[in-house]
Amino acid sequence: MAISLKVNGSSHSADVSPDTPLLWVIRDTLGMTGTKFGCGMAQCGSCTVHVDGVATRACVTPVSAVAGKAITTIEGLGGNHPVQKAWLELDVVQCGYCQSGQMMSAAALINSNKNPSDADITAAMNGNLCRCGTYDRIRAGIKRAAQLA
Amino acid sequence: MKTTVSNQGRRAFVQGSAAVGGAFILGLNVPNAGAVTVSHGTSRLVDFPGDAFAPNAWIRISKDNKVSIYASRSEMGQGVYTSMPMLVAEELDIDLNDLQVGIPPAAAPYINRIFGAQLTGGSTSVRDGFTYLRQAGAAAREMIVGAAAAEWGVDAGQLTTSKGYVMGPGGKKASYGSLAAGAMKQAEPKEPKLKDPSQWKIIGQPLKRFDSPYKVNGTAEFGIDVKAPGMMIAAVEMCPVIGGEVASFDEAAMMGSPGAKKVVKFNDTYTNGVAVIADSYWNAKQALTKGAIKWNVTKNATLSSDGISKMLAEGMAKEGVEVKARGNVDAALGSAAKKLEAEYELQFLAHSAMEPLNATVLVKGDSAEVWAPTQFQTLVPPTVAAATGLKPEQINVHTTYLGGGFGRKIEMDFIAQAAVIAKAMPGVPVKTIWSRENDMMNDSYRPVSLQKIQVALDSNGMPSAYKYKIASPSISARLFPGAVQKGVDPFMMEAAENFPYDVPNWHLSSTFVDTGQRVGYWRAVSNNLNAFSQEVMLDEMAAAAGMDAVAYRRILLRDKPLYLGVIDLAADRAGYGKPLAAGHFHGVAVIECYETYGCLISEIEVKSDGKIKVHKMTYAVDAGILINPNIAHQQIQSGVVSGFQNAFSEVTIKDGVVQETNFHTYYIPRMAEVPPIDIHFVASNRNPGGLGEVGVPLVSPSISNAVFAATGKRVRKMPFKPGITA
Repeated sequence: MAISLKVNGSSHSADVSPDTPLLWVIRDTLGMTGTKFGCGMAQCGSCTVHVDGVATRACVTPVSAVAGKAITTIEGLGGNHPVQKAWLELDVVQCGYCQSGQMMSAAALINSNKNPSDADITAAMNGNLCRCGTYDRIRAGIKRAAQLA
Repeated sequence: MKTTVSNQGRRAFVQGSAAVGGAFILGLNVPNAGAVTVSHGTSRLVDFPGDAFAPNAWIRISKDNKVSIYASRSEMGQGVYTSMPMLVAEELDIDLNDLQVGIPPAAAPYINRIFGAQLTGGSTSVRDGFTYLRQAGAAAREMIVGAAAAEWGVDAGQLTTSKGYVMGPGGKKASYGSLAAGAMKQAEPKEPKLKDPSQWKIIGQPLKRFDSPYKVNGTAEFGIDVKAPGMMIAAVEMCPVIGGEVASFDEAAMMGSPGAKKVVKFNDTYTNGVAVIADSYWNAKQALTKGAIKWNVTKNATLSSDGISKMLAEGMAKEGVEVKARGNVDAALGSAAKKLEAEYELQFLAHSAMEPLNATVLVKGDSAEVWAPTQFQTLVPPTVAAATGLKPEQINVHTTYLGGGFGRKIEMDFIAQAAVIAKAMPGVPVKTIWSRENDMMNDSYRPVSLQKIQVALDSNGMPSAYKYKIASPSISARLFPGAVQKGVDPFMMEAAENFPYDVPNWHLSSTFVDTGQRVGYWRAVSNNLNAFSQEVMLDEMAAAAGMDAVAYRRILLRDKPLYLGVIDLAADRAGYGKPLAAGHFHGVAVIECYETYGCLISEIEVKSDGKIKVHKMTYAVDAGILINPNIAHQQIQSGVVSGFQNAFSEVTIKDGVVQETNFHTYYIPRMAEVPPIDIHFVASNRNPGGLGEVGVPLVSPSISNAVFAATGKRVRKMPFKPGITA
């Protein structure tokens, strides 16, 4: 059954089983690999995308649940998003694998909170694991991104 | 900064020995100067035509002056795609704008000379390459200058270089690229002259990482992101008990599942199980669940964490193999004024890199392509050859970015398995992806260890004898048996072997205990295990002597200025000895790890429920010359956060099965628990020490020592229970 998807402003049709997680549709069907697989059970945040602006774990979101909704992935952040600028300015990344998810969570945070406190940042980001331990620069990056936004 | 990083040398550029001017001074093959195609990220391609300047394995300069430098270690977060090219670029004297960093294939020039293999690990990348990478740049620059001198008919001594150009008398100026043809005719300098460090323009600069732009925009290609025309994807199930085999499965049910193309039973050197190859990962995984796979478990079916603890105790009771000794430790213990004795026990840990294990293999009639996030290129061709029946020279290795490695991606299991699976569909690229559960339950775990230390103190509380025995599984006995000499595994003895404290009678011994569980190298390896016991015991000794932990260490290290340097710096920056907030306590630990010295002071609080809150960590580090202080800072921060796993994570086993299956049961520190980490480097002109691992080992002992300060209780068994609080 073909499911209509709106990803990064473009319309796509995915002929997949409706219970397929959005993550695998994005990666395998649409071929956009910036969104990462980390755990498959919403424990690590590597797969975070925006669904109608809300940070969402794509690995546990059935594709049928987001048909027609506006989905944004790291590719759709555009490259000049304040979060991406701040990430470059502060050189946040190390291995980089979790960072697409980190940036998507961060972007959703500063969209809804123009001046996040340390507590706000921790609350919004605690679901995003980073095995390299870049948390300190992620925190600083979010504060910088909020200034740039 | 527009330096670009090319991902995947899709076409091997070392194709035998089409030598230009004989062997390179550094004993390296000179790669073929033919077409070099390196893709960058997933899209842009840069071509280096045959007339590019190719003086050695590291450098390509095209006629239009585009420079490519090949980084021969795997990039897994530690910044080698930046630090290693910086070393070449310093002497080559180029503009870092427009520099392309390339990823080479598995080939002799790229062997890590510390290990004798193309391997990333042991904090060796910069330590290994510090001189020869600069020489490679200097040699190329001399050849270019020589070409300009010949062309202009002037003495080379009259020429200068800057940012990819040669300048000569009378305003003459030529780009490196325009001199390519002449430079290739120049003889290789036998002893390329290196700059005096006072002239360095790149080394020591806190440059931004060259790979950041691709990781920030999502285009960096990790192993799991590899795409190839017609590619299929495999999901796997492996026997959860080591040594178990597939008993039965329902192939028809799996093949009837949407998208399924092939079912493969594998029983290779490393793993046993069943794979489904399908048109997408999800379809492969769904098909797998329909297979009703049953296992035949013979040995290890009753293996448990308690049973493993007993095995370690039995190992401890046996006579060990002497590793090193001085004086007469038993005599000194016998006549001691005061004796201390304690046992320390360390747990299994999983590597749990954020990128689950994966590899993509295309098996053709007479060759195979392998794309993998590997730390160990040298072993890939023989591994895939064994799995496919091809010859090692028929295997082309394409290293991708690694979404974390931590030692797990040194292993060949996931690559051998992917090759066996891909062989079932010749001509089709097959990407095998492990689920998080596969990854966590089929790891090569950081070993458990039981350690006993006996100390004799004289009437002043100073140690007269120190007897240390380690009972642990040996990683090298499985992976590199040749590294085990006379029953001693050097990778089990780190930190213990070079015990720095002044004790006249000292004895170190070990016993191998094979628990049945597979063990592997895990970031900082046995430094984590041994520094815990040693540094907690140092605190026990100081307490028994009635002395302050820092003052006591300073006395025992009084002739070791590199240790004293980091201790004094950490103590100063942490405000050690000054009043702390109510309920806060300091704990100290010290190490030398891969030629880098560190002192970590942790400030903690023990909450009323027994949970530990870490408020601040102050780490003083002497890593010698810092190639890139920005990345050095990242690495120490990363290591310290990794160290939280040593303190608070654990892998347990019941009925032969690993009980921690995913991040809901296996602890990885989250933002809320990680305190500010204050990092200070000692200024130094010593050759670089390692940075990727030294951050890890001191976290657990410094916290344990702080817990003692807070509660009077010694915690000698890891992890801390009940654990950590945000």
